[in-house]
Amino acid sequence: MNQEVLLMYEKRPKTLVRNIIMLVFFAIVIIWSTDTMQFSGINPNGIVISRSILDALTKPNLEWLFNFGTGTSIPNLMLETVAIAFLGTILGAILAVPFAFISARNITGKIASFLGNTVIGMIRTFPIFILGLMFIRVTGPGPLAGVLTIGISSIGMISKLYVEIIEDIDGGIIMALDATGANAIQRIRYGIIPQLTPNFISTAIYRFEINVRNATILSLVGAGGIGFTLTAALAVYRWTDAAAALWGIVIVVLFIEFVSNKIRNSLVSGNQ
Amino acid sequence: MLSQENSSIFQKILHFFERIWLSIKSYFLRSVIQTKAARKTVLADGVSITKPYSFGLLNMVILFIITFYFWDLIVTTYFTVTPFELFVRRIPNFTNILSKMITDFKPDYLPTVIPPLIDTIQMAIIGTFIGAFLALPVAFLASQNLVKSKIITNFIKLILSFIRTIPTLVYAAILAFAFGYGTLIGVIATAIFTFGILTKMLYEVIETIDLGAFMAIESTGATKTKAFITSVIPQIMGTFLSFTLYSFEINIRSSAILGYVGAGGIGILLDDHMTWREYGHLGLILAVLLVVVFVIENISRFIRKKMS
Repeated sequence: MNQEVLLMYEKRPKTLVRNIIMLVFFAIVIIWSTDTMQFSGINPNGIVISRSILDALTKPNLEWLFNFGTGTSIPNLMLETVAIAFLGTILGAILAVPFAFISARNITGKIASFLGNTVIGMIRTFPIFILGLMFIRVTGPGPLAGVLTIGISSIGMISKLYVEIIEDIDGGIIMALDATGANAIQRIRYGIIPQLTPNFISTAIYRFEINVRNATILSLVGAGGIGFTLTAALAVYRWTDAAAALWGIVIVVLFIEFVSNKIRNSLVSGNQ
Repeated sequence: MLSQENSSIFQKILHFFERIWLSIKSYFLRSVIQTKAARKTVLADGVSITKPYSFGLLNMVILFIITFYFWDLIVTTYFTVTPFELFVRRIPNFTNILSKMITDFKPDYLPTVIPPLIDTIQMAIIGTFIGAFLALPVAFLASQNLVKSKIITNFIKLILSFIRTIPTLVYAAILAFAFGYGTLIGVIATAIFTFGILTKMLYEVIETIDLGAFMAIESTGATKTKAFITSVIPQIMGTFLSFTLYSFEINIRSSAILGYVGAGGIGILLDDHMTWREYGHLGLILAVLLVVVFVIENISRFIRKKMS
């Protein structure tokens, strides 16, 4: 017994060399990168300012945070942000479907899927601000530019995940339907669509969460939403207003995350 | 005579629409209202089955209502102010930028792009490293199966979800007030973001690990620390490294735009050339960025595959 254990211990996978190589590689890369940490000394006002920011977080401008009436209150701006993210996600989720079917290896050939994946990769790396500024040249500053930007920039990630779902389709079900005499449309309706829809919807909801965050930062280039108000308040040192905007983002994003988790869990487990 | 024929055709059309309406109505009633009797089927052997209530169509209706509300809020409002023709006339502005990026492509601009690009990559690397370094211990503290006190784990999880709601760029914008502009705020903002998502991904994995090995080693007389190091850490390490590389991939993308709030890196160049409408330069930067992300993603995927 002891002999056997020792024998197995001798035959264990030797990972020491690999681990050392990797460790050295990571160490070199990390040490090489430390020169970005140029600490030029804290801004003389820095400590005072950071203290007042932290102070303001505990007492945000509540009047503004819970003012549901006028145009530029936090609830209205958050509603706009969520609306931008929502419409953008729907646009992206719909536009991603053809991209995904072209890029799925089991549907089209190798060449088409390679080209499709390249386009998806290009969309994914395209910085969201540049896209936003390009759309602003079309629509003028405002939330519609945000919707278009969010929609187009979502295509990248959504279709990448769609491709994985499509490539996982169980062919057996389609063959079984074929055996019962189902025609092409019936095979798509009962064999393919039920396999794809829950995962597609789940992906879109996941992207919606990310898009709410993207919509807040897109507003820095003038595409509507709350981010511009936040940075404008910071720029003129109105910390309590900035804190109100931050709390607005926190509350809404947490709420959306909660709801989206509930919906996605029920989609996965199948009981709606 | 003629009018009679006409009326019969008219009635036929009316009847046709009525039938369509009735089928829509019955479909709607069946799918949304779904009375218990409609959901019940009796099989040949007398066993009756009741299908569970399906919310499918109801969800669709809710989705459409929300979409129309938001559509009204943004798109309809936009087109009441701006004429549609103006929108159509300005569409070439978008395509012109895209085509200029390719036709005015400036390859000799490459040497100027490299230093800020390296800054961006370094910012992502060191930010990811710091974030990951902090994430590991906190993830252990947040897992329900290792820490028995529910108060501690839930408190940490609450703080983490607060951290995760704020976008990296907003962190950088706030930090700029305390630390001044430069790559340092980019590093800190990236580290905070990485810490937030990595800790969440990690504690979800830690909560599912097998504690049997831990208990077995403990029962042989090993101390708790020793048992922890030999049984729990090896189960986590691979996942931890792979998650870290994954968040590094996200950080490379997000640190490219951090320059917009003064956090250094390639974002500053992007901003400048967009403002000065130098789309050829922009095209080069985007191409370089694409190549870098592609290379880094493939290196990261290679390492992740090697490790698992």
